[in-house]
Amino acid sequence: MAAEVGGDSGAPKKGKKQGKARKPKKRPRIDMTPMVDLGFLLLTFFVLTTTMSTPNTMPVVVPPKIEKKEDVEIPKIAEGKVITLLVGRGKVYYYTGVENPELRVTDFSPKTGVRKVLIDRRAEVEGRYGKDEMIVIIKMMEEAQYKDFVDILDEMSIIQQKKYALVDITPEEKELVEEYKKSTNLS
Amino acid sequence: MAKFKAKKQNIAIDMTPMVDLAFLLITFFMLTVKFRAPQAVEVQLPSSIADTPLPAQDILMISISQDGRIFFGVDSKHVRLAILEKIKERYGYEFTEAEAKTFSVLAEIGVPFEQLKSYLSYGELERKAIDKKASIPTDSTNNQLKQWILFARYSNPKIRIAIRADEKAPYPVIARVIETLKDQKVHRFNLITTLEAQTKS
Repeated sequence: MAAEVGGDSGAPKKGKKQGKARKPKKRPRIDMTPMVDLGFLLLTFFVLTTTMSTPNTMPVVVPPKIEKKEDVEIPKIAEGKVITLLVGRGKVYYYTGVENPELRVTDFSPKTGVRKVLIDRRAEVEGRYGKDEMIVIIKMMEEAQYKDFVDILDEMSIIQQKKYALVDITPEEKELVEEYKKSTNLS
Repeated sequence: MAKFKAKKQNIAIDMTPMVDLAFLLITFFMLTVKFRAPQAVEVQLPSSIADTPLPAQDILMISISQDGRIFFGVDSKHVRLAILEKIKERYGYEFTEAEAKTFSVLAEIGVPFEQLKSYLSYGELERKAIDKKASIPTDSTNNQLKQWILFARYSNPKIRIAIRADEKAPYPVIARVIETLKDQKVHRFNLITTLEAQTKS
């Protein structure tokens, strides 16, 4: 004989149970409030602890170090294609060319800042040498903060400047900036 | 004639759908949650327009605090233990089981090798106090960051290097870290940033 499992359907069944009077089923009312309380407590906990945002990254590629022993020729570039940015704290000093640099200053503001300077310079270089010929040399000053570094690399990706190089600042350039600062303070 | 008072009725709201929904959400959050390992340094990330997400695995994180202190961290327990083995081999320090266990759960380390053993034997509170002052030395004569990176890359050749620096961290420290990376022929690394709100353009 088949064992009965469950058997809550109202249909009469064959077997032992046949003919037995069944009690009318009463649906028990369960108070769900504590469960709901607990449920929402857990929900709140997980909502608050979860970290949805994954951090973004900015990939950086730096040129390999040139060993003193190796006789690597530093690539020569035309003076007219270059713009040099000396990045300080929230400020960018820049000059074009190499000989007798005339220092000017700008900042990171979106419309009038370094972006405009770069775009203007690019247009100038494009007129003379052709497309994608401008080379940006970035030199970070000691007073700069990490934010400035990220900002200037960001500007490169905003204006889609592919040719740029991170170079150490020279003592002459440091002096140049110092002089510039002094002269602007006086005037 | 007496008025019939309307009988007060207890309204029973069927809460089942709400409970269903709540538990559905709980299940979702429980499954997606990824607990953030406690970090030794709080870092205010700079914003940028870069929108490449950081890969979830094989990350070597170099954290730089606002005052230019350097911390080192890897994301996998496995690699951490392998690094500890390397430190044992290289410097001849002995670590107890408990110290190794502590090391394996630490997200970031910012003490020189000489202090590592005592650092690991301390309790959590003391470690936190040390973290407020500690930094990995990067002087040219004693560049321990270089060793850490070397050990990490030995332990996991696939590891990718990310720099998580505070936006106010002084640039010379960043330059030193980049220089250290260059010394080991790492020319490709990531700077961790938050996505910029459209305020700049």
